Amino acid sequence: MSAEACDLIFCGVGGQGVVLAAKLVSRAALDAGLSVRTAETIGMAQRGGSVVSHVRIGPSAHSPLIPHGTADAIIAFEPGEAVRCLPYLAPGRGTVVVGRRAMPPVTAALARLEYDGSKMLGYLRECGERVIVVDGDAVCEACGSSKVLNTALLGAAAEAGVLGFSADDLERVIRRSLAERFVEMNVKALALGAGYTRGDLR
Amino acid sequence: MSRELLMGNHAIAAGAIRAGIGVVTGYPGTPSSEILETVVKRSPGGIYAEWSVNEKVALEVAAGAAYAGVRSMVTMKQVGLNVASDPLMSLAYIGVKGGMVVVVADDPGPISSQTEQDTRTFAAYAKLPVFDPASPEEAYQMIQDAFELSERLSTPVLFRPTTRVCHGYAPIEVEERTVSPAEGVFERGPGWVIFPRLSYANHGMIEERLPRLGEELSTYRYNVVAGPGPRGIATGGVSEVYVREALVILGVDCRLFKVGTPHPFPAAAAREFLDGLDEVLVIEELDPVIERELLMLAGEDRLAVTIHGKRSGHIQRAGENTVESVVAAIAVFLGVPAPVVSVCSGAPQPPARPPVLCAGCPHRASFYAVKRAMRGKKAVFSGDIGCYTLGNAAPLEMVDTCLCMGAGVTIAQGLERAEPDATHFAFIGDSTFFHTGIPGVVNAVYNGTDIVLVVLDNSTTAMTGHQTHPGLGRTVQGEVAVKVAIAPVLEALGVSHIETCDPMQLAGAEAAVRRAVDAGGVSAVIFESPCIAVTTPGPMYEVDPDLCTNCQVCVQRLGCPAIVLADDAVRIDTSLCYGCSICAQVCPTGAIGVAQ
Repeated sequence: MSAEACDLIFCGVGGQGVVLAAKLVSRAALDAGLSVRTAETIGMAQRGGSVVSHVRIGPSAHSPLIPHGTADAIIAFEPGEAVRCLPYLAPGRGTVVVGRRAMPPVTAALARLEYDGSKMLGYLRECGERVIVVDGDAVCEACGSSKVLNTALLGAAAEAGVLGFSADDLERVIRRSLAERFVEMNVKALALGAGYTRGDLR
Repeated sequence: MSRELLMGNHAIAAGAIRAGIGVVTGYPGTPSSEILETVVKRSPGGIYAEWSVNEKVALEVAAGAAYAGVRSMVTMKQVGLNVASDPLMSLAYIGVKGGMVVVVADDPGPISSQTEQDTRTFAAYAKLPVFDPASPEEAYQMIQDAFELSERLSTPVLFRPTTRVCHGYAPIEVEERTVSPAEGVFERGPGWVIFPRLSYANHGMIEERLPRLGEELSTYRYNVVAGPGPRGIATGGVSEVYVREALVILGVDCRLFKVGTPHPFPAAAAREFLDGLDEVLVIEELDPVIERELLMLAGEDRLAVTIHGKRSGHIQRAGENTVESVVAAIAVFLGVPAPVVSVCSGAPQPPARPPVLCAGCPHRASFYAVKRAMRGKKAVFSGDIGCYTLGNAAPLEMVDTCLCMGAGVTIAQGLERAEPDATHFAFIGDSTFFHTGIPGVVNAVYNGTDIVLVVLDNSTTAMTGHQTHPGLGRTVQGEVAVKVAIAPVLEALGVSHIETCDPMQLAGAEAAVRRAVDAGGVSAVIFESPCIAVTTPGPMYEVDPDLCTNCQVCVQRLGCPAIVLADDAVRIDTSLCYGCSICAQVCPTGAIGVAQ
């Protein structure tokens, strides 16, 4: 991956902040003078359904949708959604940044099934891709908000060097685009997220 | 001029503002809703915007403004055009004075729609020009061209983006407004009144104009022919960018025909494309519009060219194209190997995630109350379009039918006539009630058809992104408006029994439903409780493990996403709980209470 061209998949469940994360990264790329193209899910699918945002940084992207087998990274808010989107990842050179906690769908509870996220994480690791697992619950608790998983994942991705720009670039965008009362908790989550990539946090 | 990251819908709004629109109207519908909202947000002044009650009304309001010489835009989704088709078909004959663009967003997939209808086909039926942008950048430029063409030919023009263009973002250089909104002056004349003689004359004029316009559009900057034969690909809309991407992936080149105005078809450009080709592959979504036009031309010109596409089974007939599907189709067409994407084997199946009512959604309580009231009784539950269509899912299973906007009220009447020994319910949301629900209620009262109308009033147009409607007392421009209250409307229409209540009080809600059923005639229950997106959460709830017997009644009856199973115990996910208290009301052991 060059810093100039980068294809990112953001995925999760409606309401987790997937679209906002994709937007923050797109803004940061635009600020860095790069070309960006995105596609996102809006509407019916947002009501607890799977949400996928495609972010394509660089001038050579035509399609708003990333072709299978070419994404540089998957930033997944939830283990099962990471597995669902794995066909997008470029085999052998991709990175998966994934939130640890599984989001069980209503249908699982109705069928009296427990949905096991660790099975999903195990598969991702077996696939031999670079996998960075972020403990979103721990970050959210430390930041005093249940809504900062998205910035924690971005912090981990920036630290892993898969975004094409740094955590400082992201911090600038956060300070500019979020309401003031949300800024500090998100900046903190960004820093904590980076810890999972460095291995200081597990 | 500034470079901004804009969604396709933002770009359409910015382009329309630059073109000098003075009036914009519409009815919300995914994927079109952001266009009108963005005009309001970005307006430099002098632009009137409204959410109209439905698409027919919106189109007529916009037409009126265009009659007076003001440039106007109307926005809707593809099924909205069905509602607006009556005025549109006639307006095509009457024409306009100020430029008027009808923006209709199509939804291949479909991702959030009832149908996969193709507005390009509708354009041909209505005999109107249609623009089909391939990207947000193109949409920004094309919408300005559409206004220019509309005003020059005094005809309404259709503009048809698809979901991936509407909801894709791209950096766009937004320019200052060059044309200020015109001062409207309506000039009387015989041309504004549609009589058969005028229709005949104008029909002839339109039929003469279309082929000439097709010739003229053959040199339009978004109808492009390039590349070497003897094989060629014709495409349009968002499929064009998939084709470009696919050609890079496959490392091949061939002649390309990109169609930006599918109707009237740019025949001269098409002839240039077909010249010397042996084989053509047409890649488009939904109807084979370009394909049919090329087949017709090849027949007319007796060309020895084979045209592949949807009719030949080379391109899927339903659903949206993707880079992968286009790569596969082109690889077969050009006889080159398609790249194999390997994913490591043994992937566990991620859980299915059908869309569900949000945690705390008042519709869950309303459906549950009706379900309890009708336990063991014969009843059919007709639904309508909105978030509440999701009441169809288990475990509520309270939406037996859903067809189109306003149809729940009327389908219930047909069912009642066919099966009078059952109780026929019609669920309708507040915005849908104003859209096309009211005539159905009048019909039931007038014809004496017994139904129980259940209005799910959540104080917003939720599914499409919380737009205003006549029941809210404010407009999209942020102004205070007269609030059209639903209960007095029903009363004036002659509904015999009307009760308004809070569905979150389950016992009371259930009793209200029983009274409405017992009342007979056309009776109504209005469940009033705001959407969680427009209100603040209440105190969170939790499960007391000492009192919980793990009967899972809460899970099995409500299907709330905040109630989860963990380590074989019921738990409430505090990141999702909205404090609606419904689970506490259904718990038989009193194990659910406000979190300490």
